[in-house]
Amino acid sequence: MSLFDWFANRRKETSPLKEGQEREIADGLWSKCDACGVLTYAKDLRTNNMVCLECGHHMRVYSDDRIRQLLDANSWMPMDEQLYAVDPLGFRDRKAYSDRLRDMQGKLHFKDAVQTGIGRVDGLPVALGAMDFRFMGGSMGSVVGEKITRLIERATRERLPVVLVCASGGARMQEGMLSLMQMAKISGALERHRESRLLYIPVLTHPTTGGVTASFAMLGDIILAEPKATIGFAGRRVVEQTLREKLPDNFQSAEYLLQNGFVDAIVPRTQLKATLAQLIRLHQPVTTAPSMPVHRADVSAPNSLHHVVEG
Amino acid sequence: MAPERKPILLDFEKPLAELDARIAQIQELAEENEVDVSEEIRQLELRAVQLRQEIFSSLSPLQRLQVARHPRRPSTLDYIQAISDEWMELHGDRCGSDDSAVVGGVARIGGMPVVMLGHQKGRDTKDNIARNFGMASPGGYRKAIRLMEHANRFGMPICTFIDTPGANPNAESERLGQGEAIAYNLREMFQFEVPIICTVIGEAGSGGALGISVGDRLLMFEHSVYYVASPEACAAILWRDAGKAPQAAEALKITANDLKQLNLIDEILPEPIGGAHADPLAAAETLKSALLRHLTDLNNLTTQQRRELRYQKFRAMGVFAEAIAE
Repeated sequence: MSLFDWFANRRKETSPLKEGQEREIADGLWSKCDACGVLTYAKDLRTNNMVCLECGHHMRVYSDDRIRQLLDANSWMPMDEQLYAVDPLGFRDRKAYSDRLRDMQGKLHFKDAVQTGIGRVDGLPVALGAMDFRFMGGSMGSVVGEKITRLIERATRERLPVVLVCASGGARMQEGMLSLMQMAKISGALERHRESRLLYIPVLTHPTTGGVTASFAMLGDIILAEPKATIGFAGRRVVEQTLREKLPDNFQSAEYLLQNGFVDAIVPRTQLKATLAQLIRLHQPVTTAPSMPVHRADVSAPNSLHHVVEG
Repeated sequence: MAPERKPILLDFEKPLAELDARIAQIQELAEENEVDVSEEIRQLELRAVQLRQEIFSSLSPLQRLQVARHPRRPSTLDYIQAISDEWMELHGDRCGSDDSAVVGGVARIGGMPVVMLGHQKGRDTKDNIARNFGMASPGGYRKAIRLMEHANRFGMPICTFIDTPGANPNAESERLGQGEAIAYNLREMFQFEVPIICTVIGEAGSGGALGISVGDRLLMFEHSVYYVASPEACAAILWRDAGKAPQAAEALKITANDLKQLNLIDEILPEPIGGAHADPLAAAETLKSALLRHLTDLNNLTTQQRRELRYQKFRAMGVFAEAIAE
């Protein structure tokens, strides 16, 4: 049975409504895949983490979805929600930066392009940062830099693994050099986390480019990517200007980076949580002795100590 | 010395060139007619000096960018050769390439062994093509970090010189991991135990500049610039009009003065009137004395202090607000 047949059967069972489908599309109960055009019951699509049940296309999701998809229910403890961007340079292009910020802060319930906090993945505590492409293209300014740095510093103090879900066009030009320096600031915090022998896993999602690629996205102990995500340093159009021949079709895709040795694995979104849990477990310090033969004397020693402590 | 080369004039230097031409003309006429015009000449020369001072003390950001990119501006190799007692260039990233857009090696300055490295622009068109206009490829950043690791192992301070329009944006660099190469340097430069002094000598373009600029001190020459995106690229993206580069240059805050005010750099190195290219040896002298002064300061700190201060230096960068939680 193909996945589609399975799904079609399931739809028959779960969706008694046959007529009135048109109305449901209008109401947003049905969702059309951007890639294959197949209509899917929106709730099922959501259950499948916005991965098309027909073709496996990964539709765009945002920071709230990431937190829900990756963390155990009710385990999210957000940090630094009160940090917000100011307009340090008085920057104005076709629109004032301060207006752009106000517009975005009015539309979304968070104040800048990343949400950070502590939560549990399959029971395991992690420090999670999820970038949000809706907020000025996920661009990294002072607030993104500060929030991610505070997250990493806390993880270092509390000996937690860090997971950063990247989705960003790069540094935020409206904050000029202050933005560029966030790359260094975060890399410095990651150096301390690393020195403490703690695990850091960036998850590269569509798109991860520019200054984010040239800093924390590429500094993972293990680097995961979502299928077909665009990941690169320079913009594709800039690259095209530098050469006469055509770029390979998969240029700057997750698959291209895997092929060239810059990511460890491409993980479908539906398996991302389980994969993170597995990796975090594998890197936990061994607390109990592995199953190997032990001498009686070794066994009795901790036991007697145990008694002393208890007594 | 090389034979006198014809000066390359920037558009705002035209009035100066006209004045110089007039002085020469009067002198010639006076000689032909055997008239004493020394007083007039003296006045005009004084006026020329004043005018040069006026023009160069009030350059717009875009004009500074032009000075920073001046084809005769002293390069990394010019400075290294001028300020070091001895120097040997070392080659290769040990991963299969030797990027000539980055140069580096072992040197001695003020009697002290150091490692010096930096982006290298070409001195003429042919050289520029060979050096890819100072745009480093991943191999360049890997060569730089290899030299810095060497310095750290032998307890030699590191001096880096930044002069690049940005990292090489070609397809091969993407394939070889341009992002990874820069990111790796950013992290590793935090853990080195030796002093690191970074100096922007020309233009410092975005991540490609930052990739060798994490240090205990960041110095900038007076007319050098440092930007997150080139004014041309920024104008094309945010204004959707490359012609808006002057506005972008203004808005991005790219000059040494602006960056000093934002507390992102430690010191501005004054340039000779007319820019570093007007008197490269004087510029080199300024650089040398600043490097020696900062090296002396940094050598008085312990390894742990240096690393902690380096971390705190970057930790403090950023401007934001924090509302009190209700």
